[in-house]
Amino acid sequence: MADIKMKPVDAVIVGFGWTGAIMAKELTEAGLHVVALERGAYRDTYPDGAYPKTLDELTYLQRWKLFQDMSKTSVTFRHAGSDSALPYRQIGAFKPGEGVGGAGLHWAGQHWRVHPEELKLKSHYQEKYGRKFIPNGMTLQDFGVTYEELEPHFDFVEKMMGTSGQAYWVKGQVVAGGVGNPFEADRSDNYSLPRQKTPYPAHLFEVAARECGLHPFQEPSANVSQPYTNQYGCQMGPCNFCGFCSGFACYNYSKASPNVNILPALKQVENFELRSNCNVLRIDLDSTKKKATGVTYVDAKGNTVEQPAALVIASTFAYNNARLFLLSGIGKPYDPTTGKGAVGKNLAYQTMSSVRMFYGPGKNLNGFIGAAGNGVALDDFNADNFDHAPLGFVGGGPVWCNPTGIKPISGIPVPTGTPKWGKNWKTAVKDNYTNTTSFEVHGSNMVYADNYLDLDPTYTDSFGQPLLRFTFDLKDNDIRMSRYITEQMQKVAKAMNPKSIQTSVMQIGDHFDLRPYQTTHWAGGVAMGLDRSTSVLNRYLQSWDVHNVFAVGSGVFPVGIGYNPTGLATALAYWSAKAIREQYLKDPRPLIDA
Amino acid sequence: MIHIGISPARRAFLRDALAMAPAAVAGSTLARAVCAATAHPFKPTYFHPAEWITLNALVDRLIPADEQGPGAIQAGVAEFIDLQMNLPYGYGALWYMHAPFVKGASPLMGYQLEFSPRTMYRSALAGVARAVQTQHHKAFSELEDASKDSLITDLEDGKLNIGDVPPADFFAQLLQNTYEGYFCDPKHGGNKNMDAWRMINFPGARGDYMDWVEQYGKRYPLPPVSIG
Repeated sequence: MADIKMKPVDAVIVGFGWTGAIMAKELTEAGLHVVALERGAYRDTYPDGAYPKTLDELTYLQRWKLFQDMSKTSVTFRHAGSDSALPYRQIGAFKPGEGVGGAGLHWAGQHWRVHPEELKLKSHYQEKYGRKFIPNGMTLQDFGVTYEELEPHFDFVEKMMGTSGQAYWVKGQVVAGGVGNPFEADRSDNYSLPRQKTPYPAHLFEVAARECGLHPFQEPSANVSQPYTNQYGCQMGPCNFCGFCSGFACYNYSKASPNVNILPALKQVENFELRSNCNVLRIDLDSTKKKATGVTYVDAKGNTVEQPAALVIASTFAYNNARLFLLSGIGKPYDPTTGKGAVGKNLAYQTMSSVRMFYGPGKNLNGFIGAAGNGVALDDFNADNFDHAPLGFVGGGPVWCNPTGIKPISGIPVPTGTPKWGKNWKTAVKDNYTNTTSFEVHGSNMVYADNYLDLDPTYTDSFGQPLLRFTFDLKDNDIRMSRYITEQMQKVAKAMNPKSIQTSVMQIGDHFDLRPYQTTHWAGGVAMGLDRSTSVLNRYLQSWDVHNVFAVGSGVFPVGIGYNPTGLATALAYWSAKAIREQYLKDPRPLIDA
Repeated sequence: MIHIGISPARRAFLRDALAMAPAAVAGSTLARAVCAATAHPFKPTYFHPAEWITLNALVDRLIPADEQGPGAIQAGVAEFIDLQMNLPYGYGALWYMHAPFVKGASPLMGYQLEFSPRTMYRSALAGVARAVQTQHHKAFSELEDASKDSLITDLEDGKLNIGDVPPADFFAQLLQNTYEGYFCDPKHGGNKNMDAWRMINFPGARGDYMDWVEQYGKRYPLPPVSIG
């Protein structure tokens, strides 16, 4: 029983990161009385990103100031269904967010769209390469929405974030002499701001990649190149490459975040309320289990609070929507033995590799200069931009050199064979700190019948609720993809003319390692789709089972993509909001009959 | 600027070392250096005197002082670690520490020990002292550098039995905290005078490179900035 019962509201939003903030903005614009509940603390540029105290590597990166409070909750992992899962006790492989702005406050700012064929990955591969090309156990699905349908929303998000870049196409015409990304899909408009400056390492990468016949371009960056005011009247200042982006709140209002780009507008409206330190336990359902009545949460004082609402938006971090649905009894949990059920299915990560170049003293690459969303990338090996027929794997990935600001505690790269301590380590650190750079292969990760999420039988959070359990490992298909691209990129590394090259790539048979940071880009668990037997949400991100519950965020992706997920997750949130505003509010019922 | 002198931390360590084991240290370079010691040495609040001597001697070998730049002692690494022990981090309060703890888990699963940094240092430093006493009939701090380095290598390789804490896990914790104390902002008690940053030419919290982004190949000329 709840200690407190609140007055009913029109909509309650669970989780205030990028997609929660977007839904709050859209639904308040539609006139709804909206309450957003955020499990973490209130955060804003001041005081959480205030100069100079925010430029503190130890506090923010090693002590996880803006990341999830691991003492209260975590997730568990096992490599296979036959193993016992163990908790993720320290932040390593990925950095989940918490607090107002979510991971959108401490993200890097790499702002991508998606390649159209990735939205229909299953049908695209089947049509182009034949039904047998997709290996057994790989459970590809289509999103059920097309690039053309999402294009206006991609454009809107770029204008919302002040994204800086250079288009290749606009309305079918090559613009600016074709210096943009020739593999990108058609666009209705150029980026909001001109492309960013190019740091020295990214310049070397660009020259070498072009020499090798590839197609480098300046990445679209949500670390903005000029002063900017967005549609909501929210203002940004030009990025000065301070090197403290990923893991930090930008002190300079230069990195787009929910806190900078949406919240200032929401604060002005009376029909919006944000409650921080409120941890939602479940979405409450009526006796039919087909309609939500609101949510139950624990507030900062430890009270259990019932918040009735006509509409519930689940916008927790990536995989946490799957946990919320499982805890609430929404949808059918996925059963890997029968393949039936969809909640927890379609779990995807990304498959990373890196190639590092060492130049020795005097090169002055000055890697402390950087903006984590900016750099030079190439898409020659992403999505289906290259012929997969002779390669026999599904997927691809962009490659980029994006100097993010190398900070010394996080690890100063040293050449292979250098000890980790002692005089020789010290010499290597001194000689290499300003004289090394790397590029990364940010590969996709496909979905499989035996990679999935469910509730852990042993470990709980501080409210006594079961942790989410990952059954997850890396698969040959994705490792082969990563190895192929990394091998292709060796010629670029050589053309950059370093003294030595260090390649970090997975071997066939390697298992997922939770220790070193790889990426925070999880996807899936509450997949969207056209078939209710294989998806949790319909194409408008509405629960098939409980029509007044919608879910947003990268958890809705039914497959992994090559790019970082924020651009697609945010565009999909606007797509869903449009359906709610234009269709659902007038006639609240399932938007797709099934 | 290279600091040849010794920091308050090293002075405190040396003075305590003399106080506790005068015979062993007398006549060594440590004893000579102690003559330079002045007032107001750092007093550790978590580590006991014997632990403090071992900890100082360990980090002194992980990052030795030389002509390139400060050693760990000069940079205040041991002081930093002592200060960290009194923060939530030291108590393991930043980690998911719910039971059960499973022994013998694959290293791929990440940290699975029951130890907080405080309890790990307490157990492991005593374990190192015991192991060294058994092997060499001396304290770690009294050994020649080559012997110290050999023991640290055994620790790193998981070959030195130090009791309850798996040796490689203690080494990883110690090395991480050493890097942190060496390269953190001085406000945390390490990286004294930003000399470790000067050594590598990291400008710290300079915070604005707008005019430097496209100046390719030039050495950045301004000294580092601390937020302290």
